[in-house]
Amino acid sequence: MLCDECKKRPANVHITKIVNGVKSEAHLCEECAGEKGELTLFSESKFSFPSLLTGLLQTGPGIGSHVSIHDNIVDGCENCGLSFSTFANRGFLGCSECYTHFGPRLEPLIRRIHGTYQHTGKVPKRIGGTAGVMREIENLRRDLAKLVSQEKYEEAAVVRDKIKALEKRLSDEA
Amino acid sequence: MPLKDIITRTYSAWMSTEAPHTDVALSSRVRLARNLGNIPFPNQATETDLAKVVGQVVKAISRVPKLSGLEIIRLSEASALDRQVLVEKHLISPQHAQGGEMRLAIVAGDESISVMVNEEDHIRIQTLLPGFQLYEAYQLADEIDDLFESQLDYAFDERIGYLAACPTNVGTGLRVSIMVHLPALAATGHVMAVLSAVSKLGIAVRGLYGEGSEALGNMYQLSNQVTLGRSEHELIENLGAVTMQVIEQERAIRKKLMTEMREQLEDRVQRAYGILCHARLMTSQEALKLLSDAKLGAELNLIPGLSGETINELMVITQPAYLKTLAGQELDPADRDIRRATLIRERIRTGREGKEI
Ligand SMILES: [Zn+2]
Ligand SMILES: [Zn+2]
Repeated sequence: MLCDECKKRPANVHITKIVNGVKSEAHLCEECAGEKGELTLFSESKFSFPSLLTGLLQTGPGIGSHVSIHDNIVDGCENCGLSFSTFANRGFLGCSECYTHFGPRLEPLIRRIHGTYQHTGKVPKRIGGTAGVMREIENLRRDLAKLVSQEKYEEAAVVRDKIKALEKRLSDEA
Repeated sequence: MPLKDIITRTYSAWMSTEAPHTDVALSSRVRLARNLGNIPFPNQATETDLAKVVGQVVKAISRVPKLSGLEIIRLSEASALDRQVLVEKHLISPQHAQGGEMRLAIVAGDESISVMVNEEDHIRIQTLLPGFQLYEAYQLADEIDDLFESQLDYAFDERIGYLAACPTNVGTGLRVSIMVHLPALAATGHVMAVLSAVSKLGIAVRGLYGEGSEALGNMYQLSNQVTLGRSEHELIENLGAVTMQVIEQERAIRKKLMTEMREQLEDRVQRAYGILCHARLMTSQEALKLLSDAKLGAELNLIPGLSGETINELMVITQPAYLKTLAGQELDPADRDIRRATLIRERIRTGREGKEI
């Protein structure tokens, strides 16, 4: 068997990935596997995620045809110049403005990858402001309910105090 | 700690076995992807843009006392061999090692923290701790993130969170992974079924195979699949809960093997140990396989005097670039196999002597 990547050297590293119960395999020579970070066990493999993404872009209903029909060459991000077709091939956006510029086309893709289009995690304190505090309170309330249901009352009390402090901060700022 | 010391020291903090569940879980790793607003992502950036990122990050470090202990390594000034050792130590990615100008690796002395600057994203904060310590690894990364954030303007969107070069990382920018050693599940043919079930629970699984069907070293990496729509704590909790189930299954089978197939089990680990102690030539694939068997033996107390830490260390330092560094010269594959076998024999012997004193 020849290496999937260079198609020259014999493949002696076989990588299996399982995502959502679907098994995928890659057969690489030692050199190509090394270059892709597949030989170091702890590293993040570059083979899985961008290729998963370009796979989605090429096979997804609507998205593939959308790209080829409407993405004329000048239709790039005003900030960095990246075109949507370049993104579709490489799997990487060019700048934070790309998320706004390609928003309508990215949203269905992001929904397919993550199953949602709403961040519910950490918010930078500097950007966060009131919205950040409110979100943190929301998260803490969820934690609180869970702790109470698990009868972890001591930890719940700590969380409750945190919520109170944040609520006070909100009313002070208002 | 200067680069030279980081390179030549063979022991890293994550190799410790003084941590929870190290009989199955090797290490816990957290990565946060962050970008600066107003500067294109590295794939679309000019050298000037990349230099701006480097400038801002270096300035941030100099202004925050808690960050000033980190060693800043300019990769363009490090030799190719040193960069490769950083890869083998899991401090930077292979892509980052080849990145060229304006790439930084920022490393804590004990190697628990490393920050890659201008890799796929402007900033990638990574933490690596021994055993099952997902939450602790996240806390450490979160703290570093807060410190950087106090000085830098991150690209962040109210709706979809931290913006990353690849949309698969958008939202939390969090990838949390755990490395598990599953020799008993693998030996009894259960491993694929277990991992396939796991992969339906929002967990991505990665195994590395050599010749034959067993994963090299029976090591598997489990990590969260999505980064958006769940809080950091939810992502960590989910991975943690699933991993604990895998750990329990591995332990149950080890116990079963110990009672029902003791001779076969002892034979296998002692054979591996015998070869490791006496072989004169060893390929890296063979080394990983035998080290896995010996590790199982060490964890089940079947090999007195052999510690899990020695094995963890050997898994890293028997890789090609590390062997070259320790040898202080270029080595062709045949030389490497000799050096590798020698190094393994020596380390196991000194490990045992250390124990007996
Ligand atoms: Zn190849
Ligand atoms: Zn752009």
